Amino acid sequence: MGCACIDARSTQTRQFLKVNEILQRFDRNPRRLIAILQAVQDEYRYLPEPVLNYLATSLGIPRARVYGVVTFYAHFSLQPKGKYIIRICDGTACHVNNSQALLDLVRDKLGIDEEKPTSEDMLFTLERVSCIGACGLAPVAVVADRVYGQLGVQKLGEVLEEMVRAEKERRT
Amino acid sequence: MMKPTDGTIVLDGRMVPIGDHVNLLDLIRAGGIDLPTFCYHSDLSVYGACRLCIVEVEGRGIVTSCTTRPEPGMVVSTRSARLRDIRKLTAELLLANHDMSCPTCTRAGSCQLRRLAERLGIDRIRFRQRQERLPLDQSSISLIRDPNKCVLCGDCVRICREVQGIGVLDFANRGSKVQVTPAFGQGLGEVECVHCGQCASVCPTGALAVRSQVNEVWAAIHDPERIVVAQVAPAVRVGVGEAFGLPPGESHIGQTVAALRAMGFDRVYDTGFGADLTVLEEGTEFVRRYRARKDLPLFTSCCPAWVKLVEQWYPQLLNNLSTCRSPQQALGRLIKRELPREMGVAPEKIFMVSIMPCTAKKFEARRSEMVTDGRPDVDAVITVPELVQMIAESGLDFAGLEPDRMDLPYGFKTGAGVLFGTTGGVTEAVLRYAAEVMAKPLGRPPAFHKVRGMERLREAEVELGDDKLRLAVVHGLAAAQQLVEDVLAGKREYDLVEVMACPGGCVGGAGQPPARTPSVREARQASIYQTDTMLQMRNSQDNPYLQRVYADTLGEPGSPAAHELLHTHYHPRRRTGAVEVEISGGADPSHRVVRVEVCVGTNCHLRGSHDLLHRLIDHVNERGWGHLVDITATFCNEVCERGPAVRIDDELHEKCTLEMVLDRVEGAIGAEEAPVATSR
Ligand code: SF4
Ligand code: SF4
Ligand code: FES
Ligand code: FES
Repeated sequence: MGCACIDARSTQTRQFLKVNEILQRFDRNPRRLIAILQAVQDEYRYLPEPVLNYLATSLGIPRARVYGVVTFYAHFSLQPKGKYIIRICDGTACHVNNSQALLDLVRDKLGIDEEKPTSEDMLFTLERVSCIGACGLAPVAVVADRVYGQLGVQKLGEVLEEMVRAEKERRT
Repeated sequence: MMKPTDGTIVLDGRMVPIGDHVNLLDLIRAGGIDLPTFCYHSDLSVYGACRLCIVEVEGRGIVTSCTTRPEPGMVVSTRSARLRDIRKLTAELLLANHDMSCPTCTRAGSCQLRRLAERLGIDRIRFRQRQERLPLDQSSISLIRDPNKCVLCGDCVRICREVQGIGVLDFANRGSKVQVTPAFGQGLGEVECVHCGQCASVCPTGALAVRSQVNEVWAAIHDPERIVVAQVAPAVRVGVGEAFGLPPGESHIGQTVAALRAMGFDRVYDTGFGADLTVLEEGTEFVRRYRARKDLPLFTSCCPAWVKLVEQWYPQLLNNLSTCRSPQQALGRLIKRELPREMGVAPEKIFMVSIMPCTAKKFEARRSEMVTDGRPDVDAVITVPELVQMIAESGLDFAGLEPDRMDLPYGFKTGAGVLFGTTGGVTEAVLRYAAEVMAKPLGRPPAFHKVRGMERLREAEVELGDDKLRLAVVHGLAAAQQLVEDVLAGKREYDLVEVMACPGGCVGGAGQPPARTPSVREARQASIYQTDTMLQMRNSQDNPYLQRVYADTLGEPGSPAAHELLHTHYHPRRRTGAVEVEISGGADPSHRVVRVEVCVGTNCHLRGSHDLLHRLIDHVNERGWGHLVDITATFCNEVCERGPAVRIDDELHEKCTLEMVLDRVEGAIGAEEAPVATSR
């Protein structure tokens, strides 16, 4: 069991050391804020508030500035994201092909909504995106980096169920 | 048609010389046309967002005048059907997004949005009103922020960042959700805000407003058991008249006293007496430090916003701050001690109200150091607009009141005491005293002209006998921070530095009626100097009532008794709420776990805490202590001047080295007879 502890421990340690390394890499230059945030988000999969405070202090810029930048760009997230990201395209082509039904299904199944897009078990995060450039295949979804075209409600339901099942197996 | 000559523009058919104006807006205003604006302030950078200042330039079409350079030959028009349409539309849009609870808004009287609607003759709004209501931020002791009234002009953002160098507020989110807010939507009272209130004084609406204490004051006045005592700050007398339509800068202390009495205050005293006390104590402190060459430069401490800034950012300078209480707190303390004796009443009966040009004084009065025997030395602090509201509520005709005099003894002040109301004034007042102690009796004091004025930073060398003092006077906290950085880097050396947070000092305080142009502050400043020359006594040390206080109870200035009563202390202050970055949460709960928190606050960072942290992690890994030790990075443990600070199991260790920390950790593990998971 000692090993497991050290494992968990090292993720956090590694992340924190990584933040410092990122700061180093960008010379602690406040003008590189966006790039720094991007790199940090890659590490944590979101931008935790304490880490942002830490960045602001280290870069010598006001915290409100950092917060402003993070909330301005849609791809920065202050909330932890799930292990798997479900992107459902809601561009014009997908929209007319009833992408709304897909959105509804995922929200229903996972008990999430627009305000709270991540499932309780931290497995899934739903993102509604606009046109991913595959209009010929509408409606389209990207689930855990796999693209599904001409996706029906039933198929999407099966994909999700399969993932949940696999995840349960992994845990036991 | 009129032909422009060199160096002129044609403005609405008239020829106007450009002179040294750098933007069209200034030039047009100088030409006598007051274009409406929301986002333009001569003290701040140009933002160009409100689009109210639009004009038409021949050949260019419609432009915002604040962002346009005047060029010779330009033909400019401020009136046309299109301009009128756009301006009205802009105003209607602002109003549609504004929570119009005007009758209950404390800023109704000075609201620029109301004035704008009136000026443009807005009689309807063609857009749908925004429905969603956001919560008020009431976390601050000095200010209330109401996001529903914000018009997103950005004035507060820029003044806090550019003039105060802090950056508490900024734009967040985007599209229809844009807001001006402190980081993470936190409350103003929970963040690094120093309560200077300058954001509220530039805010054109009631989105940032001073928190009123008027109800508390009325409650005390209406309580027959209470003796309600007022103290009036020097700068109040030169600002209050403006709220009643009197010319900027005119001194109205007599009417103020009369109004206070009419409203039911039992005693009226002058904070200038407190300033005289501060002069003697601070002057003595200065001369002592100067002779011993210790803790120089001495920084003044009468501005609570500045003091909070030092506590948050420059803990290494806390010993350089004067330990003297500010005039408000010195006088509050003295009166609360003396008045009960003199009147034969219980101390808790006295209710002390200060009338201040300042919002940070509300914060200062609530500091834990400003409480004696469980009672605050000052019970309530009201600003000039709050006083004005009380006067209006009472139905008094301010300008017509028969001027009255302050009560003795604490209503007697010298010219030096009054000088505290302006930038440069504290320095000059202290010099008048120091000159007498270090050189020769003064008699009529010379004007120390070099410390007067409105430049952000003024430096002077003053010869007193054989000594040559190096002085600096600075106002605005951005300029102050620049100066501090230079002092810390050894680029500048001074003996005495005066700092005031607000532009112009207290005459430009956020507790004054909003000064829309710098000339208003200049008029108030001139009036302070005028008052100084007209008072019977000019030097604090000549104040006979003050001399009696020393003779009766305090002994000499700087005596232990004086220190006990009139001095205070400061402490490092963390800027944000508790913030921790968990680094290793993996310790095994079945073992006793040693918690190690390494401070990575700015000061500890500069003292090498990062390096320490990294090496600590390495060592803990190497020794296989992973499951026994929890490592966390924390911000500021408020012992910054003795960093790096490391907390090990609730015990805070200062000036840590890696060896020290490892020793302690090992000790803690050993003491628990940790299971032998430790392999070397
Ligand atoms: S009160 Fe002063 S420090 Fe606080 S937010 Fe306003 S301008 Fe900034
Ligand atoms: S709070 Fe006031 S000053 Fe700040 S952006 Fe809003 S309206 Fe402008
Ligand atoms: S004053 Fe020119 S755009 Fe606001
Ligand atoms: S930075 Fe303040 S105690 Fe470390």
